[in-house]
Amino acid sequence: MTDSGITSVAMPKWGLSMRSGKITDWVVAEGDPVAPGDDLADIETEKITGTLEADSPGLVRRLIATVGEDVPVGAAIALIAPPDVPDAVLDDLAARARAVIDAGLPEDDGAGPVVETVEAGGRKVSYAGAGDSGDVVLLVHGYGGDRNSWLFLQEPLAARHRVYALDLPGHGTSAKDVGDGSVDLLADAVLGVLDAVGSDRAHLVGHSLGGAVVLAAAARSPGRIASLTLFAPAGFGPSISAGYVRGFAAAQTRRELKPLVGQLFADEQLVTRQVVDDLLAYKRLDGVDAALAALAETLLDGDEQRIDSAAAVRALGEVVPVTVVWGSADRIIPAEQASSVAAVAPGAAVRVIDGAGHMPHMERPAEAQAAVEETIARAG
Amino acid sequence: MPRNLTYREALNEALAQEMERDPSVIVMGEDNAGGEGAPGEDDAWGGVLGVTKGLYHKFPGRVLDTPISESAFIGAAIGAATAGLRPVAELMFVDFMGVCFDQIFNQAAKFRYMFGGKAVTPVVIRTMYGAGLRAAAQHSQALYPVFTHIPGLKVVVPATPYDAKGLLIAAIRDNDPVIFFEHKALYDLTGPVPEESYTLPFGEANVVREGSDVTIVTLGRMVHTSLAAADELAASGVSCEVVDLRTTSPLDEDTILESVENTGRLVVVDEATPRCSIATDISALAASRAFGALRAPIGMVTAPHTPVPFSAALEDQYIPDAQRIVNAVKPVAEWRR
Repeated sequence: MTDSGITSVAMPKWGLSMRSGKITDWVVAEGDPVAPGDDLADIETEKITGTLEADSPGLVRRLIATVGEDVPVGAAIALIAPPDVPDAVLDDLAARARAVIDAGLPEDDGAGPVVETVEAGGRKVSYAGAGDSGDVVLLVHGYGGDRNSWLFLQEPLAARHRVYALDLPGHGTSAKDVGDGSVDLLADAVLGVLDAVGSDRAHLVGHSLGGAVVLAAAARSPGRIASLTLFAPAGFGPSISAGYVRGFAAAQTRRELKPLVGQLFADEQLVTRQVVDDLLAYKRLDGVDAALAALAETLLDGDEQRIDSAAAVRALGEVVPVTVVWGSADRIIPAEQASSVAAVAPGAAVRVIDGAGHMPHMERPAEAQAAVEETIARAG
Repeated sequence: MPRNLTYREALNEALAQEMERDPSVIVMGEDNAGGEGAPGEDDAWGGVLGVTKGLYHKFPGRVLDTPISESAFIGAAIGAATAGLRPVAELMFVDFMGVCFDQIFNQAAKFRYMFGGKAVTPVVIRTMYGAGLRAAAQHSQALYPVFTHIPGLKVVVPATPYDAKGLLIAAIRDNDPVIFFEHKALYDLTGPVPEESYTLPFGEANVVREGSDVTIVTLGRMVHTSLAAADELAASGVSCEVVDLRTTSPLDEDTILESVENTGRLVVVDEATPRCSIATDISALAASRAFGALRAPIGMVTAPHTPVPFSAALEDQYIPDAQRIVNAVKPVAEWRR
């Protein structure tokens, strides 16, 4: 916000490789009052469609970008301001913003995200970083995911932290061999990346299986961990959708995969063709079938969870801030298990995001980001 | 990590990765090894368009030059396949396939059936097809319908670098003879291709664009022409779904029928000549199995039933272009009973 109270709403950067986005729908109109958290627009990228939320209050005074046009990341798409800001001032700003959009994308400078690799436990582990200063934050995805599942969080968190996202073994561009598929073997990758980035004090963020993985890594090396934020973590109760876990491992076609991926979200509209196609392309890489089959065994004992994370969170909860975040509409691991975390780690903060599914960091990124920031703040 | 590769590089990477993985994979064809030691050449030429470039030194003894005698080397490749190797033979232009029909049609395609499933023939025959290079009647045909007609052969026609790599790896690992069609005009097309090995299943069409008014079923180079037409049609309010067959044998009937049931209108776009073709085959499929869903006559955009002309002006008229597709789709979209 400027001194005059004008907020310029920028095309967000969702994912390290995003260079432009398209507004598919303006949720607000000129003249509408907005508060922080209100939906402003639906935005489509090459990878995903998401909703941009307001981060400051005011009146929507100008909508600059039109529906369907390509807008470079960072370009102003709307102006929010109090009613007393004169039209002439806004017109001038809007004209300049219009020129930026019309100029299009700058020439590709080749400075896409730098993907680095480290050997951990004899396996290649890929990771990508964003942000130049501040504490290290490491984001760890779940079963069948990859570092891109943090696309809505990594850039915003990077404003104040050095934020890394890795691909666990068996996923993304990391080695596909997962050995025995154990949580400990996956935790090697987490500690390997912390070694590689030279961190002796890191905030770990894990989702689902990744939640159990960061707990295992932290339990082995508690002195290096500053805080833990766990999104729908595995290991806090028997209940899990075994049908999802086995079905995802077995799915061979788009037809089979799409309804399964839909179960991850409360709002299945988020599952675009591109999301399913990217997952299918991943599943067709050599070695992925074997990796997912092994990891399904790690997750499941019959139709219940095999992983037990209670001891780890009990011990760590006495040492570092722990936050657990769950979507109330989670169809993979039920949100009731959040209370199991609180029961063993009384100091843990519990946030249940109303109406979100198993992927709150994709469905409700602003609240997910706030949960991570708040946990980091508690660590001091 | 997907980088952008050309179609040619994607094919080369598929060959290199499979040769690395499986020592029974060999490559053979005209000038695959030739050129080695020629002035200014450290490497072999790697075939007439350089698809196998770089393999000769990397895999000593496994990149073989053949005489200009297709009947001989295709027969040799098929024989080697029956004896335990996985040969990938490059037969420069599909037009020359005629001199080795017996080896392909009567031998390779039949062994599995005639020997009660006890013999497999894991041979891949890579070949160039298609018009547009001013190469005239004997070097420009799109002959995949001929091979699709023969039970026992699998027929692959990839449209993109991603598909080219995944389908070629699948072809090499497949235990049946596969005829692999590469359009001459696609070799320099670039697109994202993962570094790692991967396979795409045969018999799975790819819906490359979703739409609600008209289904365009197509393959190979015509996928790109059809997408350009679909863009133009979208501007005039016609929403096209574009289905890339990827393989003509096996054929993904379900995806075609599902799309036609959704749109009720079908146009098939095929660079081959129209008699006994993919276009007529898909049309028959829709007419017999989705008749109730059809709301308009089926459109077909194909080459005319003539040899490919040498005259540049006539060749340009011969190849279906976006405008012809637009002209064919519009009446189908606007048809009212």
